[in-house]
Amino acid sequence: MKAKVKMKGYIEINQESCKGCQICFYFCPKSSISDSGSINSSGYFSACFSDNSECNACGICAIVCPEAAIEVYRE
Amino acid sequence: MTIKTVYKRPKLLKERLFHYCPGCGHSVIHKLLCEVIDEMNLKERIVCIPPPGCSVFAYNYLDIDMAESAHGRGAAVATGIKRVSPETIVFTYQGDGDLSAIGTAETIHAANREEKITAIFVNNAVYGMTGGQMAPTTMIGQKTTTSPYGREVNKEGYPLKMSEILSVVEGTVYIERTAVNSPKNIKKTKKAISKAFQVQIDNLGFSMVEILSPCPTNWKMSPIESWHWVDKEMVKEFPLGVIKDRIKVKKC
Amino acid sequence: MNKYLISGNSVIAEAAIRAGCQCYFGYPITPQNELTEYMALHLSRKEGCTFIQAESEISAINMVYGASIAGARAMTSSSSPGISLKQEGISYLAACELPAVIVNMMRGGPGLGSISASQSDYFQATRGGGHGDYRTIVLSPASGQELADLTQRAFDLADNYRTPVIILGDGMLGQMMEPVEFHKEAPENLSTKSWALKGAKDRPSKIIKTFTSNPNELEEINWRLFRKYRLIEREEVDYETYMVEDAELIVIAYGIAARIAKGAIKKARAHNLKVGMLRPITLWPFPFKKIQEISKRVQYFFVFEMNMGQMIEDVQLALEGNGEISFYGRPGGVIPTPSEVFRILSRQYYQKGLNR
Ligand SMILES: Cc1ncc(C[n+]2csc(CCOP(=O)(O)OP(=O)(O)O)c2C)c(N)n1
Ligand code: SF4
Repeated sequence: MKAKVKMKGYIEINQESCKGCQICFYFCPKSSISDSGSINSSGYFSACFSDNSECNACGICAIVCPEAAIEVYRE
Repeated sequence: MTIKTVYKRPKLLKERLFHYCPGCGHSVIHKLLCEVIDEMNLKERIVCIPPPGCSVFAYNYLDIDMAESAHGRGAAVATGIKRVSPETIVFTYQGDGDLSAIGTAETIHAANREEKITAIFVNNAVYGMTGGQMAPTTMIGQKTTTSPYGREVNKEGYPLKMSEILSVVEGTVYIERTAVNSPKNIKKTKKAISKAFQVQIDNLGFSMVEILSPCPTNWKMSPIESWHWVDKEMVKEFPLGVIKDRIKVKKC
Repeated sequence: MNKYLISGNSVIAEAAIRAGCQCYFGYPITPQNELTEYMALHLSRKEGCTFIQAESEISAINMVYGASIAGARAMTSSSSPGISLKQEGISYLAACELPAVIVNMMRGGPGLGSISASQSDYFQATRGGGHGDYRTIVLSPASGQELADLTQRAFDLADNYRTPVIILGDGMLGQMMEPVEFHKEAPENLSTKSWALKGAKDRPSKIIKTFTSNPNELEEINWRLFRKYRLIEREEVDYETYMVEDAELIVIAYGIAARIAKGAIKKARAHNLKVGMLRPITLWPFPFKKIQEISKRVQYFFVFEMNMGQMIEDVQLALEGNGEISFYGRPGGVIPTPSEVFRILSRQYYQKGLNR
């Protein structure tokens, strides 16, 4: 679940809370979030964070995430 | 190397999956409320009045005192609580069916009595919970289950602008219309909610934040389409911004 | 103790204030306006108390609901058409187990009806009145003094059982002036209510709600209410008997009708007719057992109401086919005289051959 990268920031997506609305895909300025391709126990295709992204922990994904499924960290 | 937390799930949001549809504005607003209540340190003195509507289960998510009201009666219930317990911060959480149809009288008169309460008014242009019927706030031409050919003004009237209506009521102190469809608008909404609560803390009078909120399910759109639709369509009828601010006048 | 000579509506208001009522929410309607006006004069400026003339009866009852959530003793009053509007709120109060006192000074109906005294809302009051499976305690005063006593009792019952209590008066009782004593003074501090919501301080957050998507959970709520109603039925039945010991014919009447019937019975006794009366003071719970007990000795019952026959159905239920019931009623706000009732009563008495 935790995807740590060399970049300045990273996020954690709670796969079970995610409803696959893909709002974060759209708003992430670095296009760092995409479909995980796997279905969670509620039946949604959850989102996942790409390891080798340029995430700078701007926090936009967490702000827009309706499910409060994303937590953002800066190294 | 130290790791700094930039965003954490709000403390006051219970560990529970929202029942709201993917992309629904209610979830975002719940999140914001939890953040604001926590940041303003209000948990110990705040009571929320949720309505019938999609948000009827708000009590499952917000870890604060809550008392359910009948459809549209939030402002009257809040009045009762506030008058008995003036030190309590009381806010209603109401949909557009709730506040602008069945509850117009309660809302306008509570505002006019200058009740020291706050309304969080979630405008999603439809009746969500009951399956997407037309609301007073439905756009002209918008198709809903009870306006299947699109809302027609000569039969169904115009989108009702509650914020503007309430702005001419003397007892209202602060009214802002925001939206939860972009990072910028969400931040503005959070600020507006804090401001509205502050008006109540300062005992100035009635405050309201009208929040344009996407309802992808009943608008029959994908979540992201619905977030765009707020900007493309709703904002034309319901312009964003501060609609009334008498805070300075009331303070002096 | 001081005696006061004030209208029945004012008696209720004064008794409520003395019972520690902290909040009154009302909307004007005849014939109960003096109650609202008395509260405006005497409660609105009282320390820690609230008076609001609401924008509608719907708002008024919901303000009561709010005040009750915050833990205050709260009441509202109205007359028949306004009580119809309060039913939604009463249902919520019952469901959330919140105390409240609701006064109905009945007038003639249906529709806008008349402003004259009537007993047209017996069904509405005793069957719950609003939606859902619930009951409200219904108290039926028949004199100025009882308006005072029952109002004070209503607040205690509401708190004890956490349930809405209805005082079912009528336009005539509301207007009448009789000397009244107030037996109880306002409690110094009413105990704080365990359910009151004022913010989650030093305790986990709480909710007051009825809505659930789980029918089993709602069933459990209904069972809890039902057990409470059973307890009330056991504990709180109240009635008055008048000259029943040797009576051959028992009048059953409540409220102002019982007052009129008493006059008729006095006339009957003057003519050596053995007539007595059972007057239910609680209309719900109804004195079923007492009626059954009387029916072991007495065969003939005469139900008198100022409507077309509503309580008579409870009397029928009580008698379970035993005994014979006749009925006299005047609806629409017409107030019968004792002589009129005596005429009907004595005719019944002779027709049944009770004089032999
Ligand atoms: C007296 C009454 N009438 C009708 C309803 C059914 N009902 C439940 S919620 C609702 C409206 C919901 O729409 P809105 O207030 O816009 O909230 P949303 O669900 O869109 O958030 C209605 C009509 C009710 N609960 N009570
Ligand atoms: S129906 Fe609309 S308002 Fe209700 S939860 Fe779904 S998206 Fe949200």
